[in-house]
Amino acid sequence: MAVGVWHRLDQTARHLLPSASTVLLMLVGMVPMQLPGWSSVAPPLALMSIFYWAVHRPDLLRPSVVFLIGVLQDLLSGTPLGLTPLAFVLSYWLLLTQRRFFLGTSFLVLWYGFALVAFGAGAVQWAVFSLIAVDLLDARPVAMQALLATVLFPIPAALFQRLHRAYLS
Amino acid sequence: MIRSGGIVVGPVTGKRHVKMRNGGTVVRVAAPVWALVQRFYFLLLILAAVALMLVARMDPVLVDQARARATDAFAPLLSVLARPAAAVANVIETGREILDLYDENARLREENARLQQWQQAALRLEAENKSLRSLLAYRPDPAASFVTARVVGDPGGAFVRTVVLTAGRRDGVQRGQAAMAGQGLIGRVVQVGEWSSRVLLITDINARIPVVLEQSRQRAMLSGDNSDRPKLMYVPRDAQVAVGERVFTSGHGGLFPPGLPVGTVEAVTAEGEVRVSPLVDLSRIEHVQIVDFGGAGGLAAEAVQPGAMQ
Repeated sequence: MAVGVWHRLDQTARHLLPSASTVLLMLVGMVPMQLPGWSSVAPPLALMSIFYWAVHRPDLLRPSVVFLIGVLQDLLSGTPLGLTPLAFVLSYWLLLTQRRFFLGTSFLVLWYGFALVAFGAGAVQWAVFSLIAVDLLDARPVAMQALLATVLFPIPAALFQRLHRAYLS
Repeated sequence: MIRSGGIVVGPVTGKRHVKMRNGGTVVRVAAPVWALVQRFYFLLLILAAVALMLVARMDPVLVDQARARATDAFAPLLSVLARPAAAVANVIETGREILDLYDENARLREENARLQQWQQAALRLEAENKSLRSLLAYRPDPAASFVTARVVGDPGGAFVRTVVLTAGRRDGVQRGQAAMAGQGLIGRVVQVGEWSSRVLLITDINARIPVVLEQSRQRAMLSGDNSDRPKLMYVPRDAQVAVGERVFTSGHGGLFPPGLPVGTVEAVTAEGEVRVSPLVDLSRIEHVQIVDFGGAGGLAAEAVQPGAMQ
């Protein structure tokens, strides 16, 4: 009986890994880096995490959880409420329809997929924020952010892969 | 009883039959509904996101409270995460300082000589001021008090320029207070939790600060646009704005007390657009002083600029 309880606890903890790592990475992304110009182009670490887990274990990172993580990010970062969940859910949707394609054996395909999602999410956020501000905003920071996120993606992806292999396979 | 006995062959099979039929109806009704929900699940979530935006528009106070709660809850975690980053930044900074120790020393010596002259001038002016004030029965502004807090969060992103601090209501922070770092104004408090607060930086797209130029005494509005160099709005075309001129808060609108240094004029374009370079390097703020000037800041100022954040 005791073994069963521990086993179940262990299983639950493992299943929480995708959402927990996403939240943690989101917080890490908010740490002041004290690098000039960094904060405006800081790559969206949470989006990377969502991308990886939505492709590999969508059963453990539900759309509703992704939505809630987006709300949390908006509350903490001061962006207009609803902006980030919208971008996250749309990205997730796109991912789920193209999941088989991204699950291909090559990492390059995954990388390409992330570039699409990063630029897509950036475009959605830019459009909505421009709508809220009733002004066409400078799109360069968003584009830079997506570009930097794409360039840096292999590093967090390697981390997720290790976590994935160590705890969820 | 009679009917059930009449139709159904045996009690056991009958039970099974009814159960199956019941399950069948439930499935028959629920399955399409469930499929519909499944089909439009993402659409529902997207609608929820849009609804959140509308709620934030209609009830900014509620959303502000939610933000304050969430920031309060996560501030301790952010504070822990910020420590290693600050340590690494310190090590890099120390290394750089050691490298230009010699140049820095020479620069400081020169600056010290110049400042000592200024000190003499300041002492003389202070004495003169004091005597003149006593002649005029001038009522001085109330003395300012400070709360110093550490920056633990710099959410970043392409759309907002805010920082999260480790001081809140229980430390005496109030909405609308001025936030200074080193010599200059960096922004104002827009959200206060129990032990955390958020400062809207002067570069944020929502920041508007009434300022005055030092030499020309020209009034203007310092308006952030998410770039590193906020611009001056409402400067008349014929105004003589000099590059390098210092920019101070004007105190109009009661938002900030007059005379807080903000930055210097960096560039004036041919179209008359004036860009201001902030005194403080906003990407490298470690500690912030929340200043309570005891005057009509805070809530009175909020009435002038309601709903600074969505």
